Amino acid sequence: MKPEISTHISRQYNEELEDIRSRVLAMGGLVEKHIGQALQALVSADVELANHVATQDYEVNRMEVAIDEECSQIIARRQPAASDLRLVMAVIKTITDLERIGDEAEKIARMAVHLADEERPKNNYLEIQYLGNHVRAMVHDALDAFARLDTDAALRVAREDLQVDKEYDGLMRQMITFMMEDPRTISRALNVIWAARALERIGDHARNICEYVIYLVKGKDVRHISLEQIEKELREED
Amino acid sequence: MHPEIRTVVKDINRPLPMTPAETAPAPRRLGAASSAEKPQLKASVRNLNFYYGETQALKDINLDIAEKRVTALIGPSGCGKTTYLRCFNRMHDLYPGNRYEGEIILYPNNINIIGAAVDPIEVRMRIGMVFQKPNPFPKSIYENVAYGLRVRGVSKRSVLDDKVEAALKDAALWDEAKDRLHDLAFNLSGGQQQRLCIARALATDPEILLFDEPTSALDPIATARIEELIVELRGRVTIIIVTHNMQQAARVSDYTAFIYLGELIEFGDTDIIFTNPGKKQTEDYITGRYG
Repeated sequence: MKPEISTHISRQYNEELEDIRSRVLAMGGLVEKHIGQALQALVSADVELANHVATQDYEVNRMEVAIDEECSQIIARRQPAASDLRLVMAVIKTITDLERIGDEAEKIARMAVHLADEERPKNNYLEIQYLGNHVRAMVHDALDAFARLDTDAALRVAREDLQVDKEYDGLMRQMITFMMEDPRTISRALNVIWAARALERIGDHARNICEYVIYLVKGKDVRHISLEQIEKELREED
Repeated sequence: MHPEIRTVVKDINRPLPMTPAETAPAPRRLGAASSAEKPQLKASVRNLNFYYGETQALKDINLDIAEKRVTALIGPSGCGKTTYLRCFNRMHDLYPGNRYEGEIILYPNNINIIGAAVDPIEVRMRIGMVFQKPNPFPKSIYENVAYGLRVRGVSKRSVLDDKVEAALKDAALWDEAKDRLHDLAFNLSGGQQQRLCIARALATDPEILLFDEPTSALDPIATARIEELIVELRGRVTIIIVTHNMQQAARVSDYTAFIYLGELIEFGDTDIIFTNPGKKQTEDYITGRYG
């Protein structure tokens, strides 16, 4: 049953549910911005921007706490059921993943500070840019799927995560080759690996959010199962 | 067609994955079984129509009642859930002009309890009912519980004493009432009176216990006690409960039926009905949306 938020007899209830939903999207927008800025700082060796991102994470944390509080109020006052309950559950879980994405963006920003002192590689961290843009798009699309309650889009994003994992593996192999060829690059390569690892984790969190979207819309818990199984579950529904 | 295959084919269309008692007489299990175990059927309602004179209150209801489980009926006022409940003990027979169609088969002996040949008194002997407002008789606590037994011809003092004590214990009223068994029942509080009515119903070992909004006149603490009691009785007696309190249905029942305008809209596991109902009307009702 596709959730329709604003059809309750209680208008106040509609507003409360609408509010947590829009606050999740606002939080997601902020996190997305932080990923972009952290990448920008890394690529352009912009220490000032990197420090800015690292210090702004508290704002994401603050939003997480506030939305959690509002969700517990809704549970206490309204005892949500069915799609309303699933919405509240999905929101509580989504903001945990968004908060972690914020933490990863902070890590990337800190790596950017370290890397700013190192010699720049010839390709100017092209592979990190590539991976970074990919996961940032995933986060964007996951939030979009959440906003539009679009399970097809959610499934597409979840599928992207496999591609991200492949890119991450490729990047790791490349870094190992660099380190073996020229031990002077080890320090830089390690920092790159840390940043890549953070990006790969962001991809996983985006996939988690997509699973919550499927739960919210279809009422099916698709965590910890393969993509093929998820697709099968969704097909059965239709 | 081979009779077993015929049964299987027939069962495909059943709303619940339950084994009909007539084909699989598995041993009865006492105590609360996990929800993974399939309960047996206690009753099958088939094509039930009910008319108050010209007005049709129930429309072609098909619903299976699981043995020793709690089945909750929810729906807006006037939807027919109480009408449905009252069919089970032939309460409607008390008023002229009421008419049943279809059947309610009671297992294991396969009698149609709304059949014209069946004596309503006999049905009420086997199926107990607890009403919205506590309705003890103007007698002592003891005599209220013993009443059903006396009607059935039990007169031996020691048997009555034992049965009354057991029923009051089952209804979680013994500790509060044991020192005042011969006080007038009206001296009990509302919640205690309701538990007394449950004890009165339990004393005669009913096969099915019907609850018609048993807590709507009670405060939250008395309500919690009754709910606790229902959960404890599950596993020992088949329970059907009508309630306006959806959280109550979610808390105490194994299966939930949503009835709207005299029709059964959806019936299924309570876990599913309250998290992911299949019908939009059910969703709208339990989440407080415009119907």
